[in-house]
Amino acid sequence: MKKVNVEINGKKVIKDIPDHTLLSVFLRDILNLTGTHVGCDTSQCGACVVFADGKSIKSCTAFAADVNGSKITTIEGLAKNGKMHPMQEAFKKLHGLQCGFCTPGMVMSAVDLLQNNKNPSDTEIREWLEGNICRCTGYQNIVAAVKEAASKM
Amino acid sequence: MASLVGSRVERKEDKKLLTGRGKYTADVNFINQTFAYFVRSPHARAQIKKVDIAKAMKASGVVSILTGADIANDKIGGLIAGWRIKSEDGSDMKVPAHPPLANETVNYVGDHVAVVIAESLDEARNAAELVKVDYKILKAVVDTNKAMNSDQIYKDIPKNLCFDWLLGDRAKVKEAFEKADKIIKIDLINNRLIPNAMEPRAANADYNPSTEEITLYTTSQNPHLARIIISAFNGVAPENKLRVIAPDVGGGFGSKIYPYAEEVVCSWAAKKIERPVKWVADRTESFLSDCHGRDHVTHAELAVKNDGTFLGFKNETIANIGAYASVFATVTPTYLFGPCATGVYKMPAAYTNVKAVFTNTAPVDAYRGAGRPEATYTIETLVEKAARELGMDPAEIRMKNFPTQFPFQQTLVHSVDSGDYVSGLKKAMEVADYKGFEKRKRDSASRGKLRGIGLCSYFEACGIAPSPVVMMLGCGIGLWESAEVRFNPTGNVTVFTGSHSHGQGHDTTFAQIAADQLGVPIENIEISHGDTDKGPFGYGTYGSRSLTVGGTAIVKACDKIIAKGKRVAAKMLEANVDDVEFSNGEFVVAKSNKKKTIGEIAFACYLPGTYGEVKSPLPEGEEPGLKETSFFDPANFSFPAGSHICEVEVDPETGETKVAKYTAIDDFGTIINPLVVEGQVHGGIVQGIGQALYENCHYDNTGQLVTASYMDYTMPRADNFPEFDLGFTCTPATSNPLGTKGCGEAGAIASPPAVMNAVMNAIGTEISMPATAEKVWKACNQNKKKNSEAA
Amino acid sequence: MKTFNYHSAKDVKEASKLSSSSSAFLAGGMTTIPSIKLGLASYKDIIDIKKIKSLSGIKVTGKTVRIGSTTKHVEVAKSKDVKKVIPSLVALAEGIGDPQVRNRGTIGGSIANNDPSADYPSACIALNAVIHTNSRKIDAEKFFKGMFETSLKSGEIIEAIEFSIPEKSNYQKYPNPASRYAVVGVYVAKHKKGVNVAVTGAKSCVYNDKDLSKALTNNFSSSAIDSVRISSSGMNSDIHASAEYRANMVKVFAKKAVEAC
Repeated sequence: MKKVNVEINGKKVIKDIPDHTLLSVFLRDILNLTGTHVGCDTSQCGACVVFADGKSIKSCTAFAADVNGSKITTIEGLAKNGKMHPMQEAFKKLHGLQCGFCTPGMVMSAVDLLQNNKNPSDTEIREWLEGNICRCTGYQNIVAAVKEAASKM
Repeated sequence: MASLVGSRVERKEDKKLLTGRGKYTADVNFINQTFAYFVRSPHARAQIKKVDIAKAMKASGVVSILTGADIANDKIGGLIAGWRIKSEDGSDMKVPAHPPLANETVNYVGDHVAVVIAESLDEARNAAELVKVDYKILKAVVDTNKAMNSDQIYKDIPKNLCFDWLLGDRAKVKEAFEKADKIIKIDLINNRLIPNAMEPRAANADYNPSTEEITLYTTSQNPHLARIIISAFNGVAPENKLRVIAPDVGGGFGSKIYPYAEEVVCSWAAKKIERPVKWVADRTESFLSDCHGRDHVTHAELAVKNDGTFLGFKNETIANIGAYASVFATVTPTYLFGPCATGVYKMPAAYTNVKAVFTNTAPVDAYRGAGRPEATYTIETLVEKAARELGMDPAEIRMKNFPTQFPFQQTLVHSVDSGDYVSGLKKAMEVADYKGFEKRKRDSASRGKLRGIGLCSYFEACGIAPSPVVMMLGCGIGLWESAEVRFNPTGNVTVFTGSHSHGQGHDTTFAQIAADQLGVPIENIEISHGDTDKGPFGYGTYGSRSLTVGGTAIVKACDKIIAKGKRVAAKMLEANVDDVEFSNGEFVVAKSNKKKTIGEIAFACYLPGTYGEVKSPLPEGEEPGLKETSFFDPANFSFPAGSHICEVEVDPETGETKVAKYTAIDDFGTIINPLVVEGQVHGGIVQGIGQALYENCHYDNTGQLVTASYMDYTMPRADNFPEFDLGFTCTPATSNPLGTKGCGEAGAIASPPAVMNAVMNAIGTEISMPATAEKVWKACNQNKKKNSEAA
Repeated sequence: MKTFNYHSAKDVKEASKLSSSSSAFLAGGMTTIPSIKLGLASYKDIIDIKKIKSLSGIKVTGKTVRIGSTTKHVEVAKSKDVKKVIPSLVALAEGIGDPQVRNRGTIGGSIANNDPSADYPSACIALNAVIHTNSRKIDAEKFFKGMFETSLKSGEIIEAIEFSIPEKSNYQKYPNPASRYAVVGVYVAKHKKGVNVAVTGAKSCVYNDKDLSKALTNNFSSSAIDSVRISSSGMNSDIHASAEYRANMVKVFAKKAVEAC
């Protein structure tokens, strides 16, 4: 067992967990933060993207132990005081989601893009989202939503 | 109040999904739950000589291990084929037994052999490695084209042939072909695909010993169907003791229409061990055991006159349905395929012959479009070839053969109620700047690239119903849809639907319909679906049916509400019921200012009498309450249609092919919410382009699935696509009062031929799907060689 | 998933001491973690070296760029100092995996794993890299031994990779459409003493294509490549690309790289 001491969505969390606990498992099964989804086994689909110390990572490809001491933000922590993040608002406005399964990871990844590039082109958005697979939307409205969010942020 | 139908209403369901508050099956946990892990066959075909669980039973955390023998002992029934198809000779289709846990043989890699149930998933997995299965490996049948001439998989099924089905008239076709100036022939493969809904399948079954009821949470497009199959066919529990809940579901695309072995086994096991049993597929399991799609080998011919007039069409197809006949496996390559194979054209004579074969691969069933993409690909690549061989413009040959009178009696089955194919294609050509193609081609050439343009005009039969017709054609169930509209006493509304939303946006579009019908603000309307204990029985969501069939049931139920409301209003307003009119949520007595809101009427229905300020006597004989149910069974299918135009750019040095421009003009009849409809089209187009350029399920010749992860199965990603240009034409459907036709599958139906026609136009060679870089490069090389030899 | 003991090492010495035949060092974990998850690998001990400060960072001197082994791809991709002297290395880092891989994955992890279709090994070969470990310096040419195989010994830890700054260089790859790993990647680097053409993805291990290198050393232009025959023998052949196709792509991408230099 390992003691993990992290800050999750602004709250301190200290837990004893098995050494091999994946961050995604820690979030979903131990903390019941089920907004982070798991869609593959090979770190490809991106449904599990969260922030660790401000950067997007795939929580299925990190151990909870190896983010010890980090600040983690999950999709549940993106809205502030009940108000959705501009990226979430833009996804809603422009229908950037359908079944919603890839959405948490997609939104987190898109927010990270805007941290790196305030005004991305269509091509830059599409290339950035390489690590997020969506089977429903055909990506078009996701790209539009990211641009919309960029214009609002 | 402005009409909501036709407006770009933002989706009601989005906030929860965007903030991580959605609840998918894998998010559901019960106290004291156990975890299931399935022991699956590593072999494509083998006899099970022995299953030894002794060592595994002793492993840490193991609660129970169940095998095919246990399933047989408990007389749990097998999985079913839901549609009975007859062969041309009148004989019934042949299907093998499909026990949820294999007993004697395994027939594909991933076939279920045993289930290990343990206190944790890790323990279940670790113990599963200790289950020792002694197999006698047999030679696998893998190739669709060779299946009939390979080893026989099941002893009662000669030639591995499920059925040899004919639709149409061979003699008439022969006659037509004799009159032809030219016969265009094509051989093609419709590549096998793996649906890959982003949410892997999952189940969590909880048994309550006091009520003897099982509650099954599952990733289903169709919880009512899951319940009836698990009850009536698998015999796990009576229907009234089985509650199936499909909460938020992360996409389906056909692969989650029906229950699989895992749901049956988890429900049965939960009852057996009296503890909840949770199973969540990992992605590899999804690849191995979700039903796959497509997989046809087709030879088709088109008889034409020199002026481009079509005279006749024949279609000889071998359809691979995998190791077992899944629920819609037999209808997909027959009635969903054959009738649409003559395309959107006047075709005096036609037949489609389909031989469905068993192989040692995962079962093949409905996947977005189900049969209609295969049909459209066949006719549309053939028509394009006809244009090439006759030296005609591909648009011109299509225009020439479009029907212009509606209703249009299509050659093989359907009477198409409405459409305007000419306008659709014209609009597509305009939006796509068809005339400007040569200039764009020159521009591409100046950069060393080959540019091609491809067309596809399609129609499809969807809005899957009507029950009497589908049952006559062999369907084991009806396909009507239900709705219950329930006014709550305080005036807000809950609408229960038997269809199921897993991305389609019913929470919003259905609420738009009800809001318009009832004059109630949309925020006061809740759509409830996915729980067999809540709403009435229904048939779920697939076949672009939910809106045309389920949406109409809502309209019908609202009509009944309004009819009752009029009677109640007449009594309260002391008027004649015939003088009461309803609009914008108000019951108004004609030529007066007497009125009641629908909210007041609802309240009155729940407080039928006089009490202080409340004065709401009901008419004599009227029941209290305000809740109505409707079961709608339309008289016909609906027939969306459209034309898509694709331009690709090919790098002849590498074969890399990019979609450069894509235009889709669709006629879905009335559109309820353009925002949602555009999203459906985008998604469909991407899945279709995926089939055309990227996706391919590959089994090696021993039946091992080579493409069993995202490392090897190419999922379309954002950077594969340009922005698509969408447009719509509208001829309302006449078979439902909304005039809607359905939009979920169109993109996946129209785009593969549009893309492939563009690729073939660019490189001047026939090529099979997916047009991967290497294949295109090889084709370009061969052309280069041919040209240099000719020179 | 199989259990293991997780250790976070304070320094290289401790990390080395903890290691055994059934342990693995963990940096970004981009390959190690999926391998454990899929049951392809199991270990008794996982030794996390991410928190060892001395292993991370970028240092540009007159002739070389030295990158600490746990430096993340994103740090290289964003390094203005590296961009000034070896822009192709920055471009390579920008093109590895996806943003989340770049935020976690490390250069040391990439080369220690030596995936036949990884990007960084080609940079090491093309840029005459020297691999600094806790016990010695290894020339890149001698470091990459075969598929997933390097000359690292048990307990040996890569501390840094030192690249020679070339006159010109460029990296071009054709990514596998499914995994986005390189089906073929070609790194061309023109040094004072000659040209290296490092190829990844094509064979079981990264290699310096001597024929292409020779042709370009004699005449650094894409037309010099036209006359070089690339044999498909020994090249990988799988569902994504045949050996013949890979051979073609090596040539096409070598030309692209030269043209982009």
